[in-house]
Amino acid sequence: MTTVADKPQDTHQRKPQSRQGKPAARRRLVVIGNGMAGARAVEEILARGGAEQFTITMFGDEPYGNYNRIMLSHVLSGEESDSDIFLNSLHWYQDNNITLHAGVRVERIDRFTKYVFANNGHVVPYDVLIIATGSQSFMPPMDGLYTPSGSVKPGVFTFRTIDDTRNMVQHAQYEHHHRAVVIGGGLLGLEAARGLQSHGIDVDVVHSGGHLMNAQMGPEGGAILRRSVEALGIRVHTGSRTTAVLGTVGTDKVSGVRLRDQPDIDCDMVVVAAGIRPNVDLAVLSGLPVERAIVVDDQLRVLDEDDIYAVGECVQHRGEVYGLVAPLWEQAVVLADHVTGADTSSAYLGSRTATKLKVAGVEVASMGLRGPERETDEHIVFSEPSRGVFKSIVIRDNKMVGATLLGDSRKVAYLTQAFDKGLPLPEERISLMFDLGAPAEDESVAELDDDAQVCNCNGVSKKSLVAVVKGGCNTVAGAMDATRAGKGCGSCKLLVKQVVEWAADGAVEEDPAASYYVPGIPLDKPSLMAAIRKQGLRSVSAVFAALAPDSGEGAKSKMGLASLMKMMLADQYIDERDARFINDRVHANIQRDGTFSVVPQMKGGVTSVQQLRRIADVAEKHNIPMIKLTGGQRIDLLGVPKEDLPQVWADLDMPSGYAYGKSFRTVKTCVGKDFCRYGTGDSTKLGIEIESRFQGIESPAKLKLAVSGCPRNCAESLVKDVGVVAVEGGRWEVYVGGAAGAHIRKGDLLATVDDPEDVKLLTGRFMQYYRQNANWLERTYAFVPRVGIEHIRAVVVDDAEGIAAELDAAMQASVDSYVDPWSERDDPLTPGQFRASLPLTVLPQVPVR
Amino acid sequence: MSTRQVSAGLHNLGPVDQIPFGEGRAFGVDGEQVAVFRLRDGTLRALSAVCPHRGGPIADGTIDQRVVMCPLHQNAFELDTGCSTTGAEPLRSYEVHTDAEQNIVLRTGRSGVIN
Ligand code: SRM
Ligand SMILES: Cc1cc2nc3c(=O)[nH]c(=O)nc-3n(C[C@H](O)[C@H](O)[C@H](O)COP(=O)(O)OP(=O)(O)OC[C@H]3O[C@@H](n4cnc5c(N)ncnc54)[C@H](O)[C@@H]3O)c2cc1C
Ligand code: SF4
Ligand code: FES
Repeated sequence: MTTVADKPQDTHQRKPQSRQGKPAARRRLVVIGNGMAGARAVEEILARGGAEQFTITMFGDEPYGNYNRIMLSHVLSGEESDSDIFLNSLHWYQDNNITLHAGVRVERIDRFTKYVFANNGHVVPYDVLIIATGSQSFMPPMDGLYTPSGSVKPGVFTFRTIDDTRNMVQHAQYEHHHRAVVIGGGLLGLEAARGLQSHGIDVDVVHSGGHLMNAQMGPEGGAILRRSVEALGIRVHTGSRTTAVLGTVGTDKVSGVRLRDQPDIDCDMVVVAAGIRPNVDLAVLSGLPVERAIVVDDQLRVLDEDDIYAVGECVQHRGEVYGLVAPLWEQAVVLADHVTGADTSSAYLGSRTATKLKVAGVEVASMGLRGPERETDEHIVFSEPSRGVFKSIVIRDNKMVGATLLGDSRKVAYLTQAFDKGLPLPEERISLMFDLGAPAEDESVAELDDDAQVCNCNGVSKKSLVAVVKGGCNTVAGAMDATRAGKGCGSCKLLVKQVVEWAADGAVEEDPAASYYVPGIPLDKPSLMAAIRKQGLRSVSAVFAALAPDSGEGAKSKMGLASLMKMMLADQYIDERDARFINDRVHANIQRDGTFSVVPQMKGGVTSVQQLRRIADVAEKHNIPMIKLTGGQRIDLLGVPKEDLPQVWADLDMPSGYAYGKSFRTVKTCVGKDFCRYGTGDSTKLGIEIESRFQGIESPAKLKLAVSGCPRNCAESLVKDVGVVAVEGGRWEVYVGGAAGAHIRKGDLLATVDDPEDVKLLTGRFMQYYRQNANWLERTYAFVPRVGIEHIRAVVVDDAEGIAAELDAAMQASVDSYVDPWSERDDPLTPGQFRASLPLTVLPQVPVR
Repeated sequence: MSTRQVSAGLHNLGPVDQIPFGEGRAFGVDGEQVAVFRLRDGTLRALSAVCPHRGGPIADGTIDQRVVMCPLHQNAFELDTGCSTTGAEPLRSYEVHTDAEQNIVLRTGRSGVIN
């Protein structure tokens, strides 16, 4: 077979071109499929000077740029927004002079005249063609999948594309939808199940195999995975085949599924994740060699074709078809070497798929054999079902030939390498599974082979990470940006960090910016505070002028500085309104359509007939689209246009509840001893007093408090920034550093005191210490463990540093400078403070219930 | 806000004092929604008022001398060009200045920088 580089025209192509001279006729490269493999192949080609050799045209059936398909699981669960998973925006195509036909499907290739035919009538000639059509979901045969017109029944979904994901989310969020059945208990099915749960959907997984993820692990691992998955509240049915999708008679709505030999399961939606099939219709129709997938050689050329290559999930190489991204990164490199002629000796010899995944929040790594196959195979198994940990290693002739690791991925890097390279193994086999004695982290990073892939999602090797570090980038964040390592599923972040630290040889610069209080001023918090004091700075613009490089302001830094200076200077602070985030400029939380929410103060969650009546009147007068009880025990009026805020506040005549700021928010309370038959302390009274005292004080991140009247803890005090619990004997426990939002942490016991006054004192002193020492946006759940509860107790309770009086005085100053921000209704502080920002849109657009 | 057409494509949006330093305000001009910013150095910039990401109100954004950050998901856009520094689609940028009477004068139509 001729290689591209041997062709005469190619030699001509690679002559350097003068910039002014007429560019030599470039060859036409056409790529069918704009998914992960197609786009990556083009990136690799561009990296080898491909832009000078080719005019590039890409066809993609999906109407978008290229996105990270792996991240669809995160989009489904709502952890990522769909706009954040794009790898190449439409700009990238423009910038690289690539003609992208998005939303256009190629239907046929004429390999003799060298044209591709698209479904929109386009006929495009090529000199070199790359097929990267990927796979589609497999629909196992069952009754009731399709409507009489032949389309898939509404309510039945596959999980492959961004559109699939969006449709699922939409369906799952529909009010009356509560239950889903996922068909398939492999990686995709479990990810789908977990994702749907986050929309409040109750999920059953029906799997025809004997155990979950049977393609990656044996029955024992599968059983432990099942426990972990069930512990998440997902019901699992293994060895069950779905025979039909059931529908409500007379509609085409899904009502359940029928299983063989088991009762029907009711549901409102069905997700089919029963495997994938390569997209080969196009290749078959065009007369290319297809077995299980399009057959390619070691150069990724389609068998017996000179100018047609294929890459990704649509190819079969040496009998293997892959369904993960790591192999296709390797393929893309070899393909680009040949297409551009950069390295004509390059060959793809297949991938050993060692996969490291996070499946439904459970760490899973699997490589090679799932279990022993020969009598002489050694099999080492460690199983700890209660923690969801399982490790199995198969050894043959002193080489590792397979491993499964569940729930603990610490040794994965080392094992992957031992597997890839066939390294000799230590005699003491148990050290394959555990780090015995000294922490071997550094060693294991040092041992890691240069070519070892650290980030599987983006195909980043140890070598390339080391290269950017040697190239002068010695911060973890910088190296991640430069290589995209860690920016896929995120399961490798720890390893990335270790590699960068190792490569920088101890000289890892803490990302300098990581220690800055705000990104635009190169100072950590103590130095920043010292500089502000020393230079007598009193406004945010003065801080920028004095301390920012080039004296330039930075939008990203303004809000953090405004908060810090208000905390430090109380009423000495010159409050420049442009330094505030919009929420703090108009004292309300901005909504998705640009309207705002109004949450009046309701101390301790206690209200009155008068308050309720007034709120009802206001809601009626202003046509409030939604009135909602918040998770913080008060009432939220949502969907208020900005220009109506002053009038709404005036009509309410209640103070702000600060539900919008990085500030003290609310104190949840339980009814306490006056009413509750278990109450040992007056939690309501104390909660109200705390809220009255600390209302509105700003802090590096929000502060949410609670007071409970007994250890039953109905106000959830253990998961609050400061949580107070009355205990027997008239005593009060004070917990700090708890949370139950994005992170869940039980607070640490700071002290147990006798007197509610002491509770207030310690609460204030702790909060002041936090305000002075926490990083911007660092909640107490991160601050307390970072500083250590012992240290905090020493300072706050025992006054070990002799600063207690100072802390109390500083807090008192903040308390004294409290002004209800809603009083600005009568006297707006800036021109047009409450003027609409979207003048031509009819607001609100938030749904009206 | 009512605006006055001064000459072809030029609109007088009224006194510049409507916009506090370092903030933006939105104007409806010729059927277009335009966010006008008054930088702390006193100069003006104008961009289309609706964020291409999810329709956020750009005039409510936080600015510095260079960029505006959309209040909804913090995409940033260059005040001079409307180009996003965070990978979003660009905003349109408009030519804007103050006249001798300290009124805001904005140019719509073809002559602005069109992205
Ligand atoms: C309104 C409310 C939901 C509701 O309808 O119940 C709510 C609404 C929002 N929450 Fe919340 N949270 C609400 C109670 C909570 C609670 C429960 C509580 O306070 O007891 C939590 C868990 C407790 C905690 O914080 O640990 C909670 C944890 C979060 C988090 C995660 C914070 C974290 O660091 O872990 C965010 C995201 C953030 O702040 O970055 C958030 C963010 C938000 C934001 C502010 C979104 C945003 O960034 O703009 C929502 C604003 C809507 C609005 O217009 O006000 N909300 N949020 C609740 C208001 C309580 C109140 O009366 O003030
Ligand atoms: C939800 C989900 C989670 C995943 N998680 C992981 C993971 O954690 N780890 C991992 O390694 N892998 C994971 N994968 C698998 C990984 O996404 C695939 O291996 C990878 O996307 C394959 O790349 P590809 O380019 O071959 O195919 P695709 O990314 O599917 O791209 C093919 C593209 O070609 C287009 N196309 C097809 N036919 C035509 C035609 N005739 N004309 C024009 N365009 C056409 C398709 O529309 C598609 O956009 C996951 C997949 C999914 C769906
Ligand atoms: S209110 Fe809180 S939990 Fe609900 S969508 Fe907003 S941020 Fe998320
Ligand atoms: S709407 Fe502007 S960043 Fe999302």
